[in-house]
Amino acid sequence: MPDLLSVRNLKIEATSYPPGEPPKTVTLVEGVNFDVQKGKVLGLIGESGAGKSTIGLTALAYGRGGVRITGGEVKLNGEDLLKLGPAGIRKVRGCKVCYVAQSAAAAFNPAHRLGEQVIEASLKHGVMGRAEAEKRALYLFKVLGLPSPETFGQRYPHQVSGGQLQRAMTAMALCPNPELIVFDEPTTALDVTTQIDVLAAIKHAIEETHTAALYITHDLAVVAQITDDILVLRHGKMVEYGSVKQIIEAPTQDYTRALVNVRGTKREEAPDQSDTLLKVDNITAGYSNGFKVLQNVSLHLPKGQTLAVVGESGSGKSTLARVITGLLPPQEGTISFDGTPLPRALKGRTNDQLRRIQMIYQMADTAMNPRQTVRDIIGRPLTFYYGLRGARKTERVKELLEQIEMGGRFADRYPAELSGGQKQRVAIARALAAQPELILCDEPTSALDPLVAEGILKLLLKLQDETHVSYMFITHDIAIVRAIADSVAVMHRGRLVRFGPKSKVLSPPFDDYTDLLLKSVPEMEIGWLEKVLTTRRMESAGN
Amino acid sequence: MRLSTIPISAWVGILGILLAVFCALFAPLIAPYGESQIVGAVWQPMGGDHLLGTDNLGRDLFSRLIFGARTTIFVALAATVLSFSLGMLLSFTAAVTGGFVDQAFSRFNDLMMAIPTLIFALVVLAVLPQQLWILILVMAVLDSTRVYRIGRAVALDVAVMEFVEAARLRGEGTGWIIFREILPNTLSPLLAEFGLRFAFSILFLSTLSFLGLGIQPPAADWGGMVKDNKDGIIFGISAALIPGGAIAGLAICVNLVVDWLMKRTSSLKGGRGDA
Repeated sequence: MPDLLSVRNLKIEATSYPPGEPPKTVTLVEGVNFDVQKGKVLGLIGESGAGKSTIGLTALAYGRGGVRITGGEVKLNGEDLLKLGPAGIRKVRGCKVCYVAQSAAAAFNPAHRLGEQVIEASLKHGVMGRAEAEKRALYLFKVLGLPSPETFGQRYPHQVSGGQLQRAMTAMALCPNPELIVFDEPTTALDVTTQIDVLAAIKHAIEETHTAALYITHDLAVVAQITDDILVLRHGKMVEYGSVKQIIEAPTQDYTRALVNVRGTKREEAPDQSDTLLKVDNITAGYSNGFKVLQNVSLHLPKGQTLAVVGESGSGKSTLARVITGLLPPQEGTISFDGTPLPRALKGRTNDQLRRIQMIYQMADTAMNPRQTVRDIIGRPLTFYYGLRGARKTERVKELLEQIEMGGRFADRYPAELSGGQKQRVAIARALAAQPELILCDEPTSALDPLVAEGILKLLLKLQDETHVSYMFITHDIAIVRAIADSVAVMHRGRLVRFGPKSKVLSPPFDDYTDLLLKSVPEMEIGWLEKVLTTRRMESAGN
Repeated sequence: MRLSTIPISAWVGILGILLAVFCALFAPLIAPYGESQIVGAVWQPMGGDHLLGTDNLGRDLFSRLIFGARTTIFVALAATVLSFSLGMLLSFTAAVTGGFVDQAFSRFNDLMMAIPTLIFALVVLAVLPQQLWILILVMAVLDSTRVYRIGRAVALDVAVMEFVEAARLRGEGTGWIIFREILPNTLSPLLAEFGLRFAFSILFLSTLSFLGLGIQPPAADWGGMVKDNKDGIIFGISAALIPGGAIAGLAICVNLVVDWLMKRTSSLKGGRGDA
C-alpha cells in the first residue's frame, strides 16, 4: 500500500535571541523519518520539549512562531508539501490535512455557534455545499456520540462541556473529509472519566471514516489504545519506531523501557494505627454566595502515613486542603491536629501550629517568588520558625538541598533557572525546612513529565521514611494512589464517596462513582479501551 | 543588562537628565552670574556677555536657567518620591488586607480623584502659608492618588499568587508580604511609572509657578521664568521660550528613558527575555 504521508530526514530549526548576544540558531528536530498509511494511526510520544507538536505540525507544513522547517521532505500522496507555495499549502490545510488542538476551549470562537464553525472549512474550500456539509456534521455528531446531535450545532462553545467541545473539534477536523488528522494531545486537559469517552469517540470516528491520523501525546497508556504504530521522540530525535505491540511488549531502547515501566513505584500499605495526626470531622465549607463546595466530609490520617484524596476537577479536593490550612474557615465541623482542635481561621493559629502543616502546590512556578534565590526560598522558614542565621542557616540549606538530591550549588539560582522537576524539589525542601508533621500535596506531579513525576514520588516516599512525615496527597491519578497511599478518600461533587485503607477502597464491591473512576484510568495494555467499553455497554444494556 | 543593549533614544534621555542634574548640583560653580543679580538692561538679545540674553528685570537668563534647574528638579523629585512612598504603602496595604480597608482606601481615593487636581492645588495653596515644604507636600498628596490606582492594580495581580499564599500560611506578617514578596515583583512597572510621574511633576510645578502659587520670586524656577517673561513675546522677545524649552526638553528626556524601561519590563518574563 502506498504511504499517505511520508516524512524523510526532517530538520527543524529556530532562532533564539539571548539578550546581549548575537542570535543563535537552534536545531529542534533532526533526522526524523516516518510513514503513515491510509486509515492508520501513528502515535508521536515524548516528554515536553521532545518536538512532538512541532513534528505533528509539519504535516500541515506549518511552523509555530519563529520555527522553520529547514530540511528533509514531507510528502502527502507523493507531493512534497515543503515545496508548495502559500496558495498550494492553503489548499492542503483544513481540507486534506486537519488539526485538533489540545485546548478546544481556546480553539473555538466564543462568538459563533458550533455548527457554523464545524462546517466553515468545508465551505471555504468548496469541498461540499452547505446542505451536504450540514448533513455530514450531523452524521459526525452522531458518530462522536454527542448529545442531541440535531440541535448540537445550534449551541455556543460555552454551553457545552470540555469533553464535548473536544469532540466538536474532532468533528470540525473530520468534516471536510480529510485524508489525515493531526491530534495534538486532545485528551490531556480532560478528567480521566471524560478522557475515556473522548478517546472512544475519536477512535470510533477514525475507524468509521477511514481517516489516517497522527496522535500526539505524552501518555503511553493512551497512545496504546488508539494507534497502530508508535514513534518515540526525545530531544527532537527518534528513539524508537515500531508497532504498538512491539513498543509496549518488547521495547528495545532504555528510554522506551523507562516510559513503559514508569508506573513501577509500589508501596505496601501500612496498618491503620490509632495514633491519629489529623482528624477532619463533619466539615462543611463554601463561599459567601451560599454555594457549598464541601458537605459533611469526615476523614482521618494516622502519623507517618499517606492519605490520597482522589476525584475529578471540581470535586472539592483542593478546597479540603484550603480548609485544613485555615485559608477557608469551615462553616461547620472541626479539624483536630495531634489531638488538639485547630482554630478555624489562619489568623487564630500560632506559628507552631502553622509550622506543623506545610503545603506543596501543583505549579511550582507560581508557588515560589521569582525574585528570590533558592537560598532565600528555603532559608526563610529556617529563620522564621527556628531563628537560624548566618553560617548555621547556610549549612542547613545545603543539608536540605542534599536531602532533595540537588546539592548546594543550586543555592544561588533563581526559580527561572531551574527545570520543572527541580522547582518542585525546591518547593518540597521549603516545606521540609519547617520540619512539619503533615505536608499537604496538591497535585504536585500532575504538571510534570512522567519520568520526572516518578522521581518526585520516589523522593516523597524516601523523605517519609527518613522523617516520618504524613502526607495528604491530592491527585486525580489512580496510578499514583496505588503507588504511594496507605488510605484513600474518594470525593465527588463535594461529598466523600468512599474512605478507608487502600486495599479496601480499591477492591470490590464498589460504589458507582469509584467504579467509573477506576475503570477510566488508561492501562498500558493493548485492547484495554475495547474491554472497558464492552463492560460498560453490557452494563447499560442490562439496565 | 549591558550598555550596548541600551537604544540611542534612551542614551539621549539619560544624557539630558545627567546634564540637568549636573546643572542643579553645581549651579553656583557653573553659573556666570548670581541667581537674582541684575546685570544689564531689560531683555537684552542673546550673545555677547549674556549667552541667552537677559530677562524682564535684567537678570542673566542663562544663570537663572541653571539655578532654576536646581529648584525645579529638587521640588519635582521630592514630590514624586513622597507621592510614591505614600501611594505605594497605601495601595499595597489595601491589596494585601482586602475587605473593608481596601474599600475605604479605594473609595476615598476615588473621591480625591474626582476633584480636578489643578483646582484642588490652587485652593489649598492659596489658603496655606507659602512655604516650599507645603508645596511639595500638596503636590505629593495629589499625585499619590494616581500612584495608588496603579499600585493597587499591580499588587492585586501578585497578591493572589501562590507564593504569597505560601507566605501567609507560614504566618508572615503584612510587612513581610508587602516588602519582601510583593514589592520586588511589582518594581518594574512602578519604576516606569515613577519616571512618568516625575515628568508630570515638573510640568505641574511649572504650571503652579506660572500661576504664581509655586516657587516664589526671586528664586528661579523654569515655570516661573516663563511667567516673568511672557509679556516679552508680544514684543518679539524670545526669553520666555528658553525656560519653556528646558521644561519640554527635560520632560522628553525623562520619557525617552521611561519608554525604554517600559519596553524592557513589560515582557512577561520580567524583562530578562528580550533586549
